[in-house]
Amino acid sequence: MSQFVYVVAYLSIIVFFVAVVKKIKNYLDKPIHVRWELYPVAHEGGGRDQYGGSYLEDVGWWGKERDVSMIGELKVMIPEILLLKAVWEHNRPLWYATYPFHLGLYLIVGFIGTLLVTSVSGLIGLEHAFYMLPVSALTNLLGPAGFILCIAGALGLIYKRMTDPGLKNYSSPGHFFNLMLFIVTMGVATLTWLFVDPSFQLTRQFVSNLISFNIAPIDSSLFMVQVILGVLTLAYIPLTHMSHFFMKYFLYHDIRWGDEPNINTPKTDAKIGIVLNYPVSWSASHIAGHGKETWAEVATFNPAAEPEEGKE
Amino acid sequence: MSNKNVNIKDIGKDTKKLASVANEDLMPLPGWDAEENEWAEIPAETKGKYACILDDVCILPIPMPKTVKEEEALVNTFIDGMRKLFTKENNWTFLAMLDTSMEHCAKCNTCSEACHLYEATGGHEMYRPNFRSEIFRRIYKKYVKKEPFAKWRNGDVDLNWRTIARLGELAYRCNVCRRCAQTCPIGVDNALIAREIRKIFSQELGISPPELHEKGSMYQLKTGSSTQMTKLVVKDNVEFIDEDFSEETGFEFKTPWDVEGADILLIHNAGEIMAWPENIAAFSIIFEAAGLSWTLSSDLAAYDSINYGVFYDDVQFARTAILQAQAAKKLGVKRIVLGECGHAHKALTVIADRVLPEPLKVPRESCFPLLRDIVMSGKIKFDPERNNFPVTLHDPCNVTRLMGIIKPQREIMAKLCPQFREMNPHGPHNYCCGGGSGYAIMSRNNIPEWRYKITGRKKMEQIFNAFSDCRGPETKKYVCAPCSNCKGQLRDLFERYEMLEKENMTYSGVVELIVNAMVDVEPGFIKWGEE
Repeated sequence: MSQFVYVVAYLSIIVFFVAVVKKIKNYLDKPIHVRWELYPVAHEGGGRDQYGGSYLEDVGWWGKERDVSMIGELKVMIPEILLLKAVWEHNRPLWYATYPFHLGLYLIVGFIGTLLVTSVSGLIGLEHAFYMLPVSALTNLLGPAGFILCIAGALGLIYKRMTDPGLKNYSSPGHFFNLMLFIVTMGVATLTWLFVDPSFQLTRQFVSNLISFNIAPIDSSLFMVQVILGVLTLAYIPLTHMSHFFMKYFLYHDIRWGDEPNINTPKTDAKIGIVLNYPVSWSASHIAGHGKETWAEVATFNPAAEPEEGKE
Repeated sequence: MSNKNVNIKDIGKDTKKLASVANEDLMPLPGWDAEENEWAEIPAETKGKYACILDDVCILPIPMPKTVKEEEALVNTFIDGMRKLFTKENNWTFLAMLDTSMEHCAKCNTCSEACHLYEATGGHEMYRPNFRSEIFRRIYKKYVKKEPFAKWRNGDVDLNWRTIARLGELAYRCNVCRRCAQTCPIGVDNALIAREIRKIFSQELGISPPELHEKGSMYQLKTGSSTQMTKLVVKDNVEFIDEDFSEETGFEFKTPWDVEGADILLIHNAGEIMAWPENIAAFSIIFEAAGLSWTLSSDLAAYDSINYGVFYDDVQFARTAILQAQAAKKLGVKRIVLGECGHAHKALTVIADRVLPEPLKVPRESCFPLLRDIVMSGKIKFDPERNNFPVTLHDPCNVTRLMGIIKPQREIMAKLCPQFREMNPHGPHNYCCGGGSGYAIMSRNNIPEWRYKITGRKKMEQIFNAFSDCRGPETKKYVCAPCSNCKGQLRDLFERYEMLEKENMTYSGVVELIVNAMVDVEPGFIKWGEE
């Protein structure tokens, strides 16, 4: 049975990373898209980010140095990621449920991070390093807090989805399954912590074993259930809309804030050259039936041109 | 039958009408207690011809299927179009945005409160930004992407011809102002989805509002302008404007045409020439007074900045943008400057940026920074006292939220308008006028009533609030709306709400305020009604 747990764990971690990479690759493989930015654009420098201004406010903007501030992006992204600022500002009732849920997940990420630190340290002979004690203490704090917040948030979200008319119509069985999966996984994790592994020694050992490919026996059935649920949940996340946790980067940076003008950018010109040669197969009469096949041909063809066009 | 809480599952229901917006649900307007009209019945002849089965308005002329075969054809053609929409070859323009909006929506509906239509209708479910997106998403996941367990994972949808017809019409219950997208924690864009649905109808089924296509972008490609003005007519009209306003203002000017090697090619929305000639005159007066090297072009589509493709069709968009860039290249101008037209700003400056190939690249910029620089340069003498009446500024979505041009207009207001006051909210967080994405030029099938009651309601509330200290006819007021489409909407709203009679309120652009304050021009360039 222990071996099975290890196999599931390895496979789930592989599925997680493959799914994440595949989704990112799928996005990056898409052709160039038109600009569709939305202000305020956080990296606008010179204080423009504060009022939603842009470099287009300058006469002759194409000949000027752009003032781009990465700090501006961080000023928006950090509160957005850590505090879910947009939900706080625009959907306060939901924030009270979704924030504990997300905060719980962040704490669990921190929990896994501390486990990795202590496990790797142990494996490389740093088990007595000065930071081991505080990091272990942090593990003991982050884990239970994360489990409980996640359960509380998920329960709150289920309640909202069942009772809020604005959410009810838009909630599928899949939504409830996802939330229940978190509740069950975190519930089992809480029980394991309470009754089997109060100082996360077993967990730390299991992580060490995983890293060192040491398929050591696991004594506790509850612990095994916890591991299986945990890793399956991990693998499941990027297969759903919850992949927004990493895809959000592209939605913000490439689309919402994608304001890079096509000035002296041969790479962009080359990409435009590619897409303009894509074949077009739309069927409407103003597009099809004129013997024009590529975007370049279709876009430079005037289906309404008067034969005498050009004459006064 | 209000059916305010209409359910997604009802979208394919066999009923003559899915929902309606009741007057009692409408958001109240401050200081406005006149009764709203009831929806007029759409004529039986129209209903027989077109699938007007969503609500009390009918924008998209989808032919009413007469046989089962025609019903199936509507569904199948739509699904074919949806398939194409998700291919890079047919939709490289927006595939990245569409795909991410399909895949990552958490369905939290945080976007709802941002929508002025949702608010104006008292929270009518049909106007929730995610309502149409969700129907589209469910169809896509189940019938096109064929995702395993799609019904269970994403929710089910009843797919029949009514679903498709209603979804098409729903795509025209959005101003595509993208205020909803601004609030999404993830970056999902429901306005984009509305536009993508419009694209399937236009690019695959050949169905689009006639004002945008046959009488819009096709007229522009045929005669040079959606107004149907040919180059001869447009030049005659502008010559007449030059003469008329030279006489009226005491400032002699002549609008230049087709000047090779000029610094600036100015492209107006040609609708201004017909409806607001003072805007054309004001630009010419300012540019001449500032001593700019500039010209208009009489080339096809280059004397009309409109690009209705932005609202419904990528191919028509690209065709128009290319013609405008070609005209600039032909004249050898150093840059194109867009006049006071919001969607034209966005279309040619931003969206076309990754459509125009290298040989057609020409710098393109908004008129507002240029006007700001002229006003601040000291080249023209102004008397701000001439503008000493309450002025507020409507921010066209395309110029502000979608381009970030916020300050130049305000710096002009600060210098020339002593009683300037902001609407709230403003800048990138403004509300659409309600005419956005082409509705301002539509007047069929209860569309005007819909614009008065619903789409323009939030803007009217903002205007009333901006002038809360000077309500009534005693004080002249001015709403500065530097966009032709927005002005078209305000013209109709002001007529409906009797703003001139009851509030002594008029509207126009930025350039009119500049000229009104010019010392070298006879006073009284801006007029209130017949004065």
